[in-house]
Amino acid sequence: MNTAFSEEDLAFQQEVQAFIKQKYTPELAARAANPKTFKDAQIEWQKILFEQGWIAPNWPAEYGGTGWTPTQSYIFDNERAMAGISDVVPFGLKMVGPVIYTFGNDEQKERFLPAILSSDDWWCQGYSEPGAGSDLAALQTKAVLDGDDYIVNGAKIWTTYAQHADWIFCLVRTDSSGKRQSGISFLLIDMKTPGIEVRPIHTIDNYHSLNEVIFKDVRVPVANRIGEQDAGWTYAKALLAHERVSIAEVANSKRNLAEVKKLAQQEVNGGQTLYSDTAFRSRLAETEIELMALEYTELRVLASVSRGETPGPESSLLKIKGTEIQQAIQELRMQIAGYYCGVLGQDDIGHEFGSAARQAYMYGRAASIYGGSNEVQRNVIARAVLRV
Amino acid sequence: MNFDYSEEQVMLRDSVQRFVQSQYEFETRRSIAESETAMSAENWAQFAELGWLSIPFDEQYGGFGGDIQDIAAVMEEMGKGLVIEPFFANVILFGGLLQNSGNDALKEKYIPQIIDGSLQGAYAFVERQSRYQSADVLTSANKQGDNYVLNGTKTVVFNGANADVAVVSARTSGGQSDEDGISLLLVDLSSDGVSRQNYRLMDGQLVANIEFKDVSVSADNLLGAEGQGYVLMKAAELQGSVALAAEALGIAGKLNELTLDYTKTREQFGTTISTFQVLQHRMVDTFMEYELLKSMLFRALCSWADGDDEFELDVRALKAKLARSGKLIGDEAIQIHGGMGMTDEMSVGHYVKRLMTINAIFGDGDYNQQQFVQLQDSAA
Repeated sequence: MNTAFSEEDLAFQQEVQAFIKQKYTPELAARAANPKTFKDAQIEWQKILFEQGWIAPNWPAEYGGTGWTPTQSYIFDNERAMAGISDVVPFGLKMVGPVIYTFGNDEQKERFLPAILSSDDWWCQGYSEPGAGSDLAALQTKAVLDGDDYIVNGAKIWTTYAQHADWIFCLVRTDSSGKRQSGISFLLIDMKTPGIEVRPIHTIDNYHSLNEVIFKDVRVPVANRIGEQDAGWTYAKALLAHERVSIAEVANSKRNLAEVKKLAQQEVNGGQTLYSDTAFRSRLAETEIELMALEYTELRVLASVSRGETPGPESSLLKIKGTEIQQAIQELRMQIAGYYCGVLGQDDIGHEFGSAARQAYMYGRAASIYGGSNEVQRNVIARAVLRV
Repeated sequence: MNFDYSEEQVMLRDSVQRFVQSQYEFETRRSIAESETAMSAENWAQFAELGWLSIPFDEQYGGFGGDIQDIAAVMEEMGKGLVIEPFFANVILFGGLLQNSGNDALKEKYIPQIIDGSLQGAYAFVERQSRYQSADVLTSANKQGDNYVLNGTKTVVFNGANADVAVVSARTSGGQSDEDGISLLLVDLSSDGVSRQNYRLMDGQLVANIEFKDVSVSADNLLGAEGQGYVLMKAAELQGSVALAAEALGIAGKLNELTLDYTKTREQFGTTISTFQVLQHRMVDTFMEYELLKSMLFRALCSWADGDDEFELDVRALKAKLARSGKLIGDEAIQIHGGMGMTDEMSVGHYVKRLMTINAIFGDGDYNQQQFVQLQDSAA
C-alpha cells in the first residue's frame, strides 16, 4: 500500500505545472473571474487546452482524448484546480461527447465531436422538467415523428447556461404506452431552431445561470437522434455510470480551503485573527479532516478505475460527501466575510471577497440538489450496497 | 499508487479471520472476558504458534520483521472478532517500545519471550492528573548508584493485571510536563514495592493501577537514553493510534453489518424495517462514515510507507475522524437495533463499548484535533 507517484508521473506533473504557468496568465484569470467576461475567457482557455491536445482527458484517444492514465488525469485535474482554474464546461466535453462517440453513428461523430473538442459549440443539458426532477423518468416533453423530423413540444428546466448555448441535448418522450423509461429518446437540438424560447430563472445567488427552455413545435431532424428511438434512457444511464472520478471536486475544495485559511489569517476580531480563534479554527480543522478522508476515498476509486473496474456506488458517496464539504467551506468563507457577506456585486466594499463568498454560498446550495439530489444518491447507495 | 495489502499481509489477515470465525464465537469471547484473567492462555499460546506475536520484531530476535501495515491488517480482523487477548498492550505497545529502544540486551532477553508467548508485558504511561498529556509525569526515578529508585502511581495500565513486566515512564529531570527528562524503565512487577489494583473496563479487559514505592530498577533497564524517553513514547502513541484505528475499522464494519442484517429480519408494521427509507438513509450515512474512516486509515498507512513527514498529522486526523465516525456508527447501531440494542445478550453493545474505549486511548477526537491544529501552527 503506497501513494508515491512514479518518476513518469512526477515528470508529467512538472510538465502540467509549467504549461499552466505559461498559458494561464493573470490577465486571463481576471477575465474568467468576472461574470461579464466569463464565457469568452472560458472558451479561450478551453481552446488553449484543445491546441495542447489536453481538452478531453476522459475521451478515448481515437476520438481526440489524451490517452492519459487515470493517475495522469488525476494529476492534471489537481494542478488545474490548485491553480484556481475552472474545470471545462461539462455539458459538451463530459456529458454529450461521450454519448455521441459511444452510441452515435459515424455521421454524428464527424459532425459534432470536432466542435465539442474545439469549444466552437457550447452545449447545454435538457433533462429536468417542471414535473420531472429527481424522478427524471416522469419527463413529458413530447417528440412526434413527422416525415424526416420530430416535432418537439414541452419545457425543460434548470438548464445551466442555456443563454450561451448553441446546442442542447434532450431526453424526450416518443412513446407513452409502456414502462416510463422505455419510451424516451435522446435528441440533439440546435438552439437556433424556430420555436425555442430561453427564459432566465433568477436564483437566490442573485446571478443568472439557470434557465427554462420552452419548445413550441420545434422541428428536429431524425438524423439528430442518438441511437434507437425509445432507447434514450439507456444512453443517459450509461453516461451516469461513466461519471467521472473527480465528481467529489476534491482538488477544488483543497484550493478553496487553502484560500479560506489565508483569509482567516488576515481577518481580525477583537485583536486576534479568526485563524487563532478556537471555535473557528476547530470548525476549519474539522472540515479539513473530512476533506483529507474524502481525498483518499477519491484516490481509492481512482486506483480501482486504473485497474479497469467501473466505479459503482462509490460515485454516489463522492457526490454526497464532496458537496457537503464544498458547502462547509463556502460557509466558512461567509463567516469570515462577517458583515460584508451580504454585499451584492461590488467588490470594493468591505472585503473584496464578500460578494463572491455570498454568491458561492448561495449558488452552492444547489450542489446537493443537482446531478441527482443527495437524498436520491442515498437511495442509490441503499440499493447497491445495503441491498434493501 | 495502490491500496492493497501485500500477499503476506493478506495471509496474516486471513489467518486471524479464520481463527475468529472458527474459534471466537461471541459466547466464547464472553466467557473469556468474564474469566479471572480476562484472557485465554490457550488462545495466547495459539497466537504464538500462528506467528502473530512475532509481527513487529526484527528477524534477528525471531521476529517477522513486520511494519505498521502488517499490524493494521491483523488489528482490523481482531476488531471484527472483538478479540480481548492483550495483543495490543503486550505486542504492539510494550513490544513496540522494546523494539524501538536501542537497548540490545533488553531486546535479546525479552523479545523472544514475547514471541513464544511466555511473557506478558505492559506499558504504564497514564497518571491520574495527566489525562492525554503523556509528558505530564509525576512518577519519579532517582539515580542511586547503578539503580533507579522509582516512586509514583500509574493508572489504567492495559494488561497491567496479567503483566510480568512493564515499561514505565518516569521523570528523571525537568518540570512536571516537560518532554525532556522523561525516562523509560523496564520494571519487573514482582519487585518489592510494587502493588496493583486490578479492575475491569467496560470492554471487558482487565487493567490495573500500579503503585511503585521505592522500587529499585537497574540502570541497565533503561529504554533509550536517560531523559530522552519521550521520543519513544511519541512513536508508541502514533503507531498505537494507527493500530487502534485499524481495530476500530473492523468494529465499525461489523456494527454496520450486524445492524443491516437486523433490519432485514426485524418486522414491524407488517414489513421488515429495512424497507423504511428513514432507516436506509441512516445506514447509508454509517456506510459512508465507514468508508471515510477506511480512507483515513489508508492515508496514514501510506504516509508511513511513503516516508512522508505528514505522518503525524495524518495520524492525528485519523484519530479525530475515528472519534466522529465511531460515535455515529455506534449510536446508530444501538438505535436501529431498538430495545434489543440495549441488551447485554446482543453483541452490538459490546462492540460499541470497545469502540468507546479505543476512542479514549491516546486521546479523544477533540484532543487529537487540537494536536492536529498545533502541528499545523508549528509547521507554519
